[in-house]
Amino acid sequence: MPPVPPWLKKLGSTLVTVAVTILGLLFVTFMIGRVMPIDPVLAVIGERATQEQYNEVFYDLGLDKPLIVQFAIYVANVLQGDFGTSIRTGQQVSDDIARVFPATLELATLGTLIGVFLGVPLGVLAAVRRGSWIDQLARFVGLIGYSMPIFWLGLVGLLLFYGILNWVSGPGRVGIFYQGIVEPITGMLLVDSTLRGEWEVFRDAFSHIILPASLLGYYSLAYISRMTRSFMLEQLNSEYIITARVKGLSERKVIWHHAFRNIRIQLITVIALAYANLLEGSVLTEIIFAWPGIGQYITVSLLANDMNAVLGGTIVIGTIFVCLNIFSDLLYRFFDPRSK
Amino acid sequence: MKQMRCFTAAAVAALMAGVPMAPALAETPPNMLVIANRIDDIKTFDPAESFEFAGADVSRNVYEKLVNFDPMDLDAGFGPQLAASWEISEDGKTITFTMAEGHVFSSGNPVTAKDAEFSLRRAVLLNKTPSFILTQFGFTPENVEDTIVATDDMTLQITLDKEYALSFVLNCLTATIGGIVDMETVMANETDGDMGNAWLRTNTAGSGPYKVVEWKPNESVLMDLNPSYGGEAPAMERVIVQHIQESATQRLLLERGDIDVARNLSPEDIAGLDDVEGVKVIDELRGRLMYFSANQKKEMLADPKVIEALKFATDYEGMANSFLKGQYTVHQAFLPLTFLGALEDKPFSYDMDAAKAALAESGYPDCGPIAISVRDAQERMDIGQSLQNTWGQLGCDIELIVGTGAQTLDRYRAREHDIYLGAWGPDYPDPNTNAGTFAYNPDNSDEAGATGLLAWRNAWDPGEMSDKTLAAVQENDTETRKQMYLDLQAEHQKVSPFGVMFQQIEQNAMGETVENFVAGGATTAVSYWVITK
Amino acid sequence: MNELTSPSTKPTWREWLLAEEPTSRRQARAVGWYQGWLAFRSNTLAMIGLIILVFLIVCAIFAPLLATHDPYAQDLGQRLLPPGFQGNLFGTDSLGRDIYSRLLFGARISIYIVLLVAMVAPLIGLIIGTIAGYAGGWIDVVLMRITDIFLAFPRLILALAFVAALGAGIENAVLAIALTAWPPYARIARAETLTIRNTDFIHAIQLQGAGPVRIITKHIWPLCISSLVIRVTLDMAGIILTAAGLGFLGLGAQPPSPEWGAMISEGRKYILDHWWVATIPGLAIFAISLAFNLLGDGLRDVLDPKESGQ
Repeated sequence: MPPVPPWLKKLGSTLVTVAVTILGLLFVTFMIGRVMPIDPVLAVIGERATQEQYNEVFYDLGLDKPLIVQFAIYVANVLQGDFGTSIRTGQQVSDDIARVFPATLELATLGTLIGVFLGVPLGVLAAVRRGSWIDQLARFVGLIGYSMPIFWLGLVGLLLFYGILNWVSGPGRVGIFYQGIVEPITGMLLVDSTLRGEWEVFRDAFSHIILPASLLGYYSLAYISRMTRSFMLEQLNSEYIITARVKGLSERKVIWHHAFRNIRIQLITVIALAYANLLEGSVLTEIIFAWPGIGQYITVSLLANDMNAVLGGTIVIGTIFVCLNIFSDLLYRFFDPRSK
Repeated sequence: MKQMRCFTAAAVAALMAGVPMAPALAETPPNMLVIANRIDDIKTFDPAESFEFAGADVSRNVYEKLVNFDPMDLDAGFGPQLAASWEISEDGKTITFTMAEGHVFSSGNPVTAKDAEFSLRRAVLLNKTPSFILTQFGFTPENVEDTIVATDDMTLQITLDKEYALSFVLNCLTATIGGIVDMETVMANETDGDMGNAWLRTNTAGSGPYKVVEWKPNESVLMDLNPSYGGEAPAMERVIVQHIQESATQRLLLERGDIDVARNLSPEDIAGLDDVEGVKVIDELRGRLMYFSANQKKEMLADPKVIEALKFATDYEGMANSFLKGQYTVHQAFLPLTFLGALEDKPFSYDMDAAKAALAESGYPDCGPIAISVRDAQERMDIGQSLQNTWGQLGCDIELIVGTGAQTLDRYRAREHDIYLGAWGPDYPDPNTNAGTFAYNPDNSDEAGATGLLAWRNAWDPGEMSDKTLAAVQENDTETRKQMYLDLQAEHQKVSPFGVMFQQIEQNAMGETVENFVAGGATTAVSYWVITK
Repeated sequence: MNELTSPSTKPTWREWLLAEEPTSRRQARAVGWYQGWLAFRSNTLAMIGLIILVFLIVCAIFAPLLATHDPYAQDLGQRLLPPGFQGNLFGTDSLGRDIYSRLLFGARISIYIVLLVAMVAPLIGLIIGTIAGYAGGWIDVVLMRITDIFLAFPRLILALAFVAALGAGIENAVLAIALTAWPPYARIARAETLTIRNTDFIHAIQLQGAGPVRIITKHIWPLCISSLVIRVTLDMAGIILTAAGLGFLGLGAQPPSPEWGAMISEGRKYILDHWWVATIPGLAIFAISLAFNLLGDGLRDVLDPKESGQ
C-alpha cells in the first residue's frame, strides 16, 4: 500500500472532525428537543383534541420508541436530506429552509460587505494614525457597537428612519405589491431582480434591506475594524516594516504593499468569523424587521414547539458555522508563520 | 391630564408632519384587496383538519358548505348554500338535503351530493382534531357508509344517532369542517391512503369564490378568483393576506396606502389613526372570550367563597378601559353575545369590599399562594399582571407562570395549574359549542381523560348542569332552548370555577372606500367576496 | 525640622506603595496593584466606565430609597404618561407603573445576572480547559471535541433552546447563557495550561509527588485566572446583551419583573406614540454594557499590554 500523502491525512482528519462535531451538534439539539417538558404532540393537535387523537399522533411521531432509537432514526433521515415535516407549516423542513435561508444569506452578506468596506479602511487608518481623531473614532464606533442591544437599535432605527423620516421601507423583505413578481433563481431577491432586470423590485427590495443590513454591518464593522487595527499595529511595529521605512519607501507603499499585504490572511479569517456571527446574530434583527429568514424561522418554531424545524435550522446554521470556523482555522494554520 | 395628552399628540403629529412623507408607493390596485393580518397559525387548508382562526378565514372563501351564513345578514343565521333545501324525518334522526344547482369547483367539476358525501365521510374517517364537531352526532369511521349517504347526485341523507335540535346540526355544518371538497381532484392527489390530506394542506379544491394560488407559511396567502365560481363575480379578483406581526407596522402600512385592511391594531394604534384621513375603523363583536379558571384539585381554589372573592377582585372595567380599550368588552357568561341565549348579566364588578368579605367567609381568610398560568402573548400577560395586582391586594401571593402556548396548555390538560388564564373561541356557531365544554363533564375522574372539556381540565364536576346541557341540544323549540341556556349560564356564573371576563371586539382599520368588510361576527369568518372598494 | 524627621521614620502609604525595592512579598504585590491602578486611573475612558458602573451599582443597591414609586404598583388610570409628567421622571408604562422606579430595580436584575454568569461560565471553562490541557491524550481530544461542538452552536439559538427546555425565568436564563459561554474560557484555560504544564516549575512539583488534582487547583488555576478575568470583563457586556435579548423574546425574567429587555419588549407595541416606554430601558442597557466595555478595555490595557496593541 502506498503511503498516504500528508495533505490527504490532514484532510481526512479535518473531515472526521467536522463529522464528529456535526453529529454532536445533532445529538445535543435532539436531546434538548426531547427532554423539553413540552409535549410535541400538543403542538400538532392543538387545544381541542381528544385523548384518542392524541395517542394516534404520539405513535405517528414515533415517541413510543426509546430515545436512542428515535435519535438513530432521525440521523438516518437527516443523512438522506430528510429533516421531517414541520408541525407549524405542514411542509418539509428542508423545503422551508430552502425557502428562508436565502433571505438570511442575503442579509448577512450585505451586512458583512458593509462591515468589510467600512471596517477595514477604518482599522488601517486607525492603526496608521494611532492616537489621532480617527483612531478615537474607530474606538468609539467599536465601543458603541459592542454595547448597544441590537434589537433596541433596530427598533429605534425603524422608528426614526421608517416611522418618522420615511427614508427607508419598513419591516419585511419587499413591498406587498412586488411579491411574487420575480421568479426565484437564487432566492436572494437583490440578485434575482438584477438577473431578471426587474429594477423596480430591486429598488423596493433594497429600500427594505438597507436598514437591517446596515445594522448588522455596523456590528461587523465594529469587530472588523478593531481586529484590523490590532493586526496592522503589530505589522507596523515589526522589524521588517521598520527596515522598509528606513530604506525610504513611501509611506503608502509601506502601509498597503507591505503591512496590509501581510495581514490579508488574518483578515480573511476574521471576516469569515464575522460572517458566521452575522448568520446566527441575525435572529433578533430578523424578528424586529420581520425578515423571513432562518433566524426568525428557528425562533418562531421554537416558541411553537416545532422541534423538527428547530433541529433542522440549527443543524444548517451549525454546519455552516463549523465549516467557516474550520476554513478560517486551516487558512490560519497554513499561512500564519507563528502557528507552524 | 387631558390637556397634556393633547399636547403630546400634537407634538408627535408636528414631528411626523414636519418631515415630508415619502409619497405612498401606489394605491392598491382597484380589483385587489391587500390585508395585513397575523396568519402564522395556519397549518393546513384541509377543511377536515384546519382549526385555526386564519385558516378559517381562508376556508370560508374557498369552500362552500351545505348550509352557510350570508355575510350581509349574519343575524339571520344559516341559510341554503350547496343544499337548496332539507327535510327532517318523522323520528328526527334523518336529514335529507337536496343539492342546489350551479355550483362548480375550481377544477370545473360540478358539485354533487357525492362530493358532499365524500367530504363529510372523509372528515370522520381522518379523525383530525375538529372531527368532534361531526362525530358528536354519532358518526364513526365504522358507520359512515350507512349514516352519510348520497342516494343520487342531488340527494344527501345523513342519519344521526338520536334526535337533536335541527338548528344545532345545521349550525355545526357551517363550521370549517363542513366544507365540501372536490372528490375527483382530491382523490387524484391521494398519497398513502391519506384521502388527499397532505395535498389539501397546501392546495385547495373548493367551489367557493376564491382559490388559494400560493401560500408561504408565516408570510402570505394569495387567493385568486375561482374561474368556475357559480355565484355573482366578486369585485376583488385577487386577495393577498400578508403576515405582519407588529401592530405599529400594520398601522404605518395602512396610513401609507400600502394595504387596504389592518386586522391586528392595538388600542394605541387605533387611537393613533383618529386624525388620519382616508382611514376608518369598523368594530365587530367576535366570539372569543377571555376567562380565568381555577383548578378544583387545589384545595383552596375549590372553596367557592375564594372563587367568589377572586371574581370580585378583578378590575374588569379598569382593564377594558385601558390596555384592552375598544378590543374587549366586559362579558361574564360563557356564551358570547349574539349567540342564541347569550346572557348579558354581569353580576361581578371590581369591588374589593365584597371580595374581602367573601374571602373572610371562606376557609382561607388569609388567602395563600396562587400561580396563574399565562401564555406569552402581550394582552394576556397584561391581564395576568392586572389580576396579580388586584388579587394581591386580597393578601394572596400571586405568581405568574408565563410559557409558550403549548407549555401552558400542557399543564392545563394535565390538570396541574392553579389558575389558567385563557381564551376560548366557539368551534361552531351553536350555543352547545361553549355549553358543551364550560358546563359539561360527565366523568370528572382522571381516567376519563376528557382533555377536550374545559370543565374536566379544571377538575370541576358541574353535576346536573351536564344533563341540562345534553337536554338543551335536543330541544327543538327555539324559545325554550334559549331559556335553557340562559338558566344554565346564570347558574354557571354563580357556582362554577370559571371567571369569564371579556368578549373580543375586533377593530379592523381600513381605507375609507372599502365597503362590506365583515370579519364574521361571533359565528363565522371573513367574507372577501362581498367587499368592494 | 519636624517636617523632615517624621516622614523618614515611617514612609507614607503612597511611598510605601511606590517603593522600587519592596521589602516583603505583600508589599511587592501591593505595589503591583497600585501601579496597575495608577495606569488604569490615567485611562480616561476606563475611568468613565468605572464611574458609570459604580453609579449603576449604587442605584441598584439603594433602589428602594431612590425610587419614587413602587415598581410593581399599577395604576391603569395613569398609563403611558410621558416623561416628567406627574412626578414620573421617565413616564409610565402600559400598566401605569413608574418607569424610573422600574429601571432602578431592573438594575439589580442585570447586575445579578452578570455576576451569576461571570461566576458559573468561567468556572466550567476553567475546569474543562485545565483538565484537558493537563491530562492530554484522549481526555484532551474528547473534551476539546465537546468544546468545539458547543462553540459550533449558534449561541443565541442554543440559549433559546436551553431556556425553552428548562422553562423561562432568570435562573434558567443565567444557566443557559453560562452553558453557551463557557467554551472560549475552556480554550483559554487549556492554552495556558499547555504552556505551564511543561515548565520546570511544574516538573519540580510533580517530582515532589503532588497529585494532578492538587497541581491543577493549586498551581495551574491561579496562573489562568488573570487571562480569564480580562476575558470575563470583556464578555460582561455580551452577557448583558444576551440576557436582554432573552428577556426581549420573553424567555428571560418573567413579568412583572422589571428586567430591562422585557421592558423593551413590552414597550415595543407602543413605540410609535409612546416612544419612551421602549427607548429608556434600551438606554439603560446601553449604559451598563458600555460601562463594562470601557472597563474591560482599560483592564486589558493594564493587565495585558501586549494584547491591547497600544
